[in-house]
Parts: sequence; structure tokens; C-alpha cells
Amino acid sequence: MANKISDETIEYVGILAKLELSGQEKEDAKADMEKMLDYIDTLNELDTDGIEPMSHVFPVKNVFREDIVTNGDGSKETLANAPLEKDQSFKVPKTIG
Amino acid sequence: MAKQYETVIGLEVHVELATKTKIFCGCSTAFGGAPNTHTCPVCTGMPGSLPVLNKQVVEYAMGIGLATHCDITRVCKFDRKNYFYPDNPQNYQISQLYQPIARNGYVEIAVGDTKKKVRIHEMHMEEDAGKLVHDEWDDTSLVDFNRSGVPLVEIVSEPDMRSSEEVIAYLEKLRTIIQYLGASDCKLQEGSMRADVNLSVREVGTQEFGTRTEMKNLNSFKAIARAIEGERERQIELIEEGKSVIQETRRWDDNKESSHAMRSKEDAQDYRYFPEPDLVPIVIDDEWIEKIKEKQPEFRDEKLERYKKEFDIPQYDAEILTESKHMADIFEETTAICGKPKKVSNWLMVETMRLLKEHSMEPEDISFSPANLAKLIGLTEDGTINSSVAKEVFEQVFEKNVDPESYVEEHGLKTVNDEGALEEVLKEVIAKNPKAIADYKGGKEKALGALVGQTMKAMKGKANPGMVNEKLREMLN
Repeated sequence: MANKISDETIEYVGILAKLELSGQEKEDAKADMEKMLDYIDTLNELDTDGIEPMSHVFPVKNVFREDIVTNGDGSKETLANAPLEKDQSFKVPKTIG
Repeated sequence: MAKQYETVIGLEVHVELATKTKIFCGCSTAFGGAPNTHTCPVCTGMPGSLPVLNKQVVEYAMGIGLATHCDITRVCKFDRKNYFYPDNPQNYQISQLYQPIARNGYVEIAVGDTKKKVRIHEMHMEEDAGKLVHDEWDDTSLVDFNRSGVPLVEIVSEPDMRSSEEVIAYLEKLRTIIQYLGASDCKLQEGSMRADVNLSVREVGTQEFGTRTEMKNLNSFKAIARAIEGERERQIELIEEGKSVIQETRRWDDNKESSHAMRSKEDAQDYRYFPEPDLVPIVIDDEWIEKIKEKQPEFRDEKLERYKKEFDIPQYDAEILTESKHMADIFEETTAICGKPKKVSNWLMVETMRLLKEHSMEPEDISFSPANLAKLIGLTEDGTINSSVAKEVFEQVFEKNVDPESYVEEHGLKTVNDEGALEEVLKEVIAKNPKAIADYKGGKEKALGALVGQTMKAMKGKANPGMVNEKLREMLN
């Protein structure tokens, strides 16, 4: 394995992903990420100069909707997913922007 | 001598587009619905749901891009911006980083007599997040996703502004252009236009930029001006004390007139953008651009010149009439009906502006119809009502859009042109005021004014003042 994931990196990725990992889980994740990076290195061996980066596998473009309201009151279905609910809203821990 | 500092400002302006539906689903964008009623699996980020782009969003964005002299990106794509926040259930925002819809534009602003160009770096399309409301009772936050997925454009300027006056001139210019396009109502207080201010200071004469901060939560022009002043002072103070400015996002508190840092190290801004796999590229050809160009309205600067030439309206009046497209539309439509541009301009400039101010309303909120204003002008022109009655009727037109003709009829407000009735009232007034009559006959012209006033009052304001004056002189001489 050529790539090495440092403790700092796994800590940082954990913060970004909002994951709390145990010591063993961190070690496992490091090994997995190292394998992934090695695979990417294989792809990096290819010469991609002058090739447009691909963002989509199908040769499809300009798929649009017209600006017409098609959905009605969706609150019941949406709120069915709320672990906690109050005043027809999702209740979450106090969050200030 | 103390060091001289220059403020360098760039702006990120978010504008909510006036589409009927959200950017990626058929949910309504109407403001003020009960919480979570305008939601579906797409705008609440349910697994397996797929976004489909609203064509009107692209066309509004193209219209704004063209009006601000931008190059329209011919192959335009969306990207995912990843972050966790309760107002965003997808855990990413669909935005544009690599191929934004428009780039390299500018708008021209004027502060006093000085004109300058403020360059636009880029403009992109993205989705808005939901709204968090703090619940005092439980000390929790409540999330309403009605705003989640409402289309936005973000317009990013170059750091070309040097004062709060320039910033406000730039925002006003953008707002007018976008309102003229009908692409947004751009109300800062209601959040349909939001500006983040990137600001740094440097010693006058230096070329390099200082470290900048980003200021959020600015919801009026006054708050923006105060925040710019406050942040400039804060940064200069740090530099003078030999400390350094930290690059960070700060939240302005307009009540306290101070700001505080918003994010700590724990919330590092690392968005890990990548191309959005659920949306296909947008390819824009010449034909589409031409179609949008043809649909562009006459913008304010052109309109202003035309009013001066075509209707002989003075510069200052034309500025007020064209400040809002809605006002300009009312002016043009009313003029088309009654053919009296000066009278229309006068009603809009004087009485309408007075009532708007009295009700703390914006020109955008004017709700009377051009037809009713034209009718009112007709009634005054042909002498059916006098000018003080006209003002009274106009208040009704302004507030309730009443039909002036039937209102005047129903309330018996027509000017009394009946000589017989006038003569009766005049006889009584003359009998009651022997002293005034004597004064007038003794050469005091002014005494007549009081008599006219009493006659008008006795006739409940409906007499024709010219006729009262004439008749009175006739009877006294």
C-alpha cells in the first residue's frame, strides 16, 4: 500500500462526516481509505490531458420541467419522517445560524 | 501622521427567483404557507428522489446575466456542496462551482457625479435551505422546509467597491435590473435579496489586499452601511494594535451594532464539491440566448431618457417614476389611457409618494389600477370634482382601488355648478358677515377669502371655488 492516512486526517474526515469512531473503527476506516486511494492511483496512470471531465454517463442534456405547480400539501408525508414534531415542524436541538 | 486606510469590499448577493415552483420539484414557492405544506420527497432530500430542473430558473438567470454584461456559459453544470445543518436534509446543497451559468460581467454605478464599473466575477444557480425558527418555550429549533428548494441566484462581485455608498449604489442597481426583469421582488427585509459583505482594509497606496472577513445577516441598506463602518473600524484597530485579522465569517447584530465570529474550528468550511450526478448538463446555444435577449425589457436608464424626451418629464421626476418598474408601468398605462403624462406624473410623485410614506409601503405595493387613476384625472379635468375632493377620492383609490366615477356618484361629491343653489348659500353668508362685507367694500381684498371659505364649507367642499369667487364679487358689486 502506497498511500498512508494519518491520524489527523481520519480525525478531520470524522468531523466533516459527523461520525464518532472508536479506535478500532478508525483503524479499519484508515485501511479502507488507503485501498481506495491506491485504486485512484491506478487510474492516475492514464494520460487524461485534453479530455473533458465527465460528469454524467449518458449523452443527455437539457432535461427541464415547466414552471407549473404539480404538488399539493405534502406536510403529512414529510412530517411522517420527523422523529420529533411540534407546530407542524421538525423539532431539533437548538441551532442558531 | 496617522496611517490612512482604504476599505476594499466585494459582495455575494443571493436573490430568490420569482418562479411559481421550486428549482427541482413541482412544489409551490408561495410565501407564508403553513409549515411544511410546500414539501415533497425531492425538496426534503428523501433517498431515491430525483431533481428535475425548472427551465424558468435558467431563463431568469440568463436574463440577469445578459443584463449585467456577463458571458453566458455554454455548457453549464451543477455541483454538490456538502455540509450538515438542520435546515438542509439532503446534507448537500445543489449549487454550481465549476461551470456557473454566467461569468465576467459588470454593472455601472454612480455615487454623486462619479461613475464606476463594478465587475461581476460569476453568477450561479442554487437551491435555498429551509427555515429554522427558535422555540422559546422548549429551547429547541423548529424546521420548516417550505423554503427548501426555492431557486436562488448568487451574484459574486469582484472586490471593486471602496465605501458603503458604492456598495448601496451597486445593490440598488442590481435590484432595479432584477425587478425590471420580473425575476425577483428583491426585498431585503423579507430575505428575497440577501447580501454578504467581504471586507478587508489596507494602507492607502498598497497593492496587496488585506485579510478579509465575510459579514452575514444584513437585512437592510442601513444595516449594511453600519456593518461596513463597524468592520472597517474593527480591522483597523486590530492592525494598529499589531494583531492580525483572521479570515472568518462573522454575524452582524444590528441592534448591538457589532459582530461576532460565527464558526469555530469544529465547523471547518470544507465543502468537498463534486459534480451533481442526478442532473444532466445544460447546453445553451445562440438561438436560446437570442430568444432571451428579445424578451429583455426596457431597463431603467433607457426608460428615464425616453420619459424626458417623449413626455417632457424633468430628470428628477423621471428618476422617481422609474425607480420601480411597477411605478413606471402604472405611469405608462395611465398615460396611455388618459393622454396626460404630466397630470399622471403629478399624482404619482405627490399624492402616491405621500401615501406610500404614510403607510410605510414600497412602490412595489401600489395596488390601484391605471384605469381608476385615469378616471380620476378625467373627473378633475372636466370639472366634475374640484381638487380637494379629488385628493379625498384618490385616498380611496389608493387604499381600496375604488372606481372614482361611481364613488363620486354614490357619495354626492360632484362639484355643484347649480347657480341657483349657490346664490342661496351666498345670500346667507353675506347676511351673516356684515363686517367682512364692509371690509371688502372698504378695499380689503383679503376679506373675500374668508367668505369663499365659509361658502365652500357650507356646501361641504363641493362648490367650484372659481365660480364661488366670481359669483360673490358679482353679488357684492
